[in-house]
Amino acid sequence: MSRITKRFDKLKADKRAGLVIYISAGDPNADVSYEILKGLPVAGADLIELGMPFTDPMADGPSIQVAGQRALKAGMTVDGTFDMVRRFRKETGDDDTPILLMGYYNLVYQRGVERFCKEAAAAGVDGFILVDLPPEEADELKPHAEAHGLDTVLLTAPTTDDKRLPAVLKYSAGFVYFASVLGITGTKSATEEAVARHVARIKRHTRLPVGVGFGIRTPEQAAAVARHADAAVVGTAIVDRVKAGLDANGKPTPGLTAGVLADVKALAGGVRSVSKP
Amino acid sequence: MPTSPNSFRIGPDERGHFGLFGGRYVAETLMPLILDLEKAYNEAKADPQFQGELNYLLAQYAGRPSPLYYAERLTKHLGGAKIYLKRDELNHTGSHKINNVLGQVLLAKRMGKTRVIAETGAGQHGVATATACALFDIPCVVFMGSVDVERQAPNVFRMKMLGAEVRPVTSGSSTLKDAMNEAMRDWVATCDMTFYCIGTVAGPHPYPAMVRDFQCVIGNEVRTQIMEMEGRLPDTLVACIGGGSNAMGLFHPFLDDKGVRIVGVEAGGKGVETGEHAASLTGGRPGVLHGNRTYLLQDKEGQITEAHSISAGLDYPGIGPEHSWLKEQGRIEYVSATDNEALTAFQLLCKLEGIIPALEPAHALAHVTKLAPTLSKDNLLVMNLCGRGDKDVFAVAERLGMKI
Repeated sequence: MSRITKRFDKLKADKRAGLVIYISAGDPNADVSYEILKGLPVAGADLIELGMPFTDPMADGPSIQVAGQRALKAGMTVDGTFDMVRRFRKETGDDDTPILLMGYYNLVYQRGVERFCKEAAAAGVDGFILVDLPPEEADELKPHAEAHGLDTVLLTAPTTDDKRLPAVLKYSAGFVYFASVLGITGTKSATEEAVARHVARIKRHTRLPVGVGFGIRTPEQAAAVARHADAAVVGTAIVDRVKAGLDANGKPTPGLTAGVLADVKALAGGVRSVSKP
Repeated sequence: MPTSPNSFRIGPDERGHFGLFGGRYVAETLMPLILDLEKAYNEAKADPQFQGELNYLLAQYAGRPSPLYYAERLTKHLGGAKIYLKRDELNHTGSHKINNVLGQVLLAKRMGKTRVIAETGAGQHGVATATACALFDIPCVVFMGSVDVERQAPNVFRMKMLGAEVRPVTSGSSTLKDAMNEAMRDWVATCDMTFYCIGTVAGPHPYPAMVRDFQCVIGNEVRTQIMEMEGRLPDTLVACIGGGSNAMGLFHPFLDDKGVRIVGVEAGGKGVETGEHAASLTGGRPGVLHGNRTYLLQDKEGQITEAHSISAGLDYPGIGPEHSWLKEQGRIEYVSATDNEALTAFQLLCKLEGIIPALEPAHALAHVTKLAPTLSKDNLLVMNLCGRGDKDVFAVAERLGMKI
């Protein structure tokens, strides 16, 4: 059983939803980014999405675009991202918190899909969320991911109707990611009613847990999502908090990591305020 | 090597693949829309009324067919192949871009879309889209890299006069690829009402095939015209390639004519060996960007690198996937011409033929000046003169150290 599945089973046993936190690997630099990563589980993140910085993040809003640029400028690479995960598993001894790599397919494709899966699994990665790999193209990745015990989390959107859902679910493992608004990351927020409706709809098609992301910024919004979904995903708000901790020259200020983790703790409080049946 | 297919004209397959290339690498939000678009396009393609309306507009509004012109002085000057210029620079709006845009905007209307967006590099596709949207009374937003907004000021003004909103894009490298990223971001957020009018034979399926089909009017006309003028097919075809739409439009109808030699000319910038160029096929390798797998300029890890060209219209780190496939099949030769070679060719055509070409086809012409002298006098060479140079006079004057 994968770390992702185990984690969702545990959340279910604890009668609560999970908090998924996204950070861009290497933002604002490798050291600070690792400090944040290391502190996430203690602050209350149940799963972690580690963004692989890419020059052309087509599905991301300005915050995550610029975060990726900061990381690339500071020298982050795919190997560097693997190193962060490897170090996290070794130094924290945390063998339970799932880490998913999130990003764009070209970085996987250039390394060779099989080699990428092998190296990611060896580093302690648990799965992928590749924004530009819809089910129509996912057969390139799925067999190699499975062979190395990695879950492929595909996105569903409000435009993914009932007719199309089974195709998406066929390639999904670990959980289903519902991108709750039409648009790029960090811009709009869905209403609680819309989240409830779509999560219920997805759950009619699958037993996989459903995580909801896009536009969740506050503990209250996270709690609202937690009432309906199995996890709330927060990315842009965290990335914005990293940026707020940079000085005028883009250098991290001393309180940056603590500030980010305090926000994570508050979000976790929101998610944990909801008890599930 | 794969064995040669029976026809080079049957692609893509039902999943939008040309061999390894093409496909639909887009966010799930867009996927249902792309499937809708494919369905709507297939229906329109088979509908005589749609084709009739498009043909009417191409003839009466855009001015087709464009002439196939025997460039006698250029031919004599180069002393080899008999050179014909396909005069697509005479189309309304000054380039081949209008061929595709009229097709797509008609399709947008048919699909009930109420807003059109486009990306543009040199501004030719943006101007063409703004033009068609004015004609059809549809609001139009054009995304353009802020660097290109600077260097193509006349086209920015034209788009505004035509009622389009030009949104300068400052993300990434602020050029064509970033304009395309931004257009896709807009599309994801507004997909229920918006039609994305892509300007070249790239992007997710069905765009590469659809744009190709709309541009094939170029090659189909050449077939008819050269038969009338020479009584036989051409021996050599040459066109410039950024994304590759004018080239695909000329080449595709001839792909199965084995005797026709076909040459695509990429932008060599300061020279492919310098690394500062836009020659994806010559200097790149296969990767995934903007919805398709194709040759891309990228670093070892797969980060996209910036393209460099004097011509904003060729300044793109990718290329249409069908070109990538045709390269690997060995059906088309892909070469490059540098900024300086294009500048020289630009001036040559002005002086010899009284035609100011756009910098984009000046790259094709630069290669023609090398190739034609090596060919016999009965070799019929057709070059696509896909755009006129009015938009480039400021940039060229600056490079030549002249004041306007």
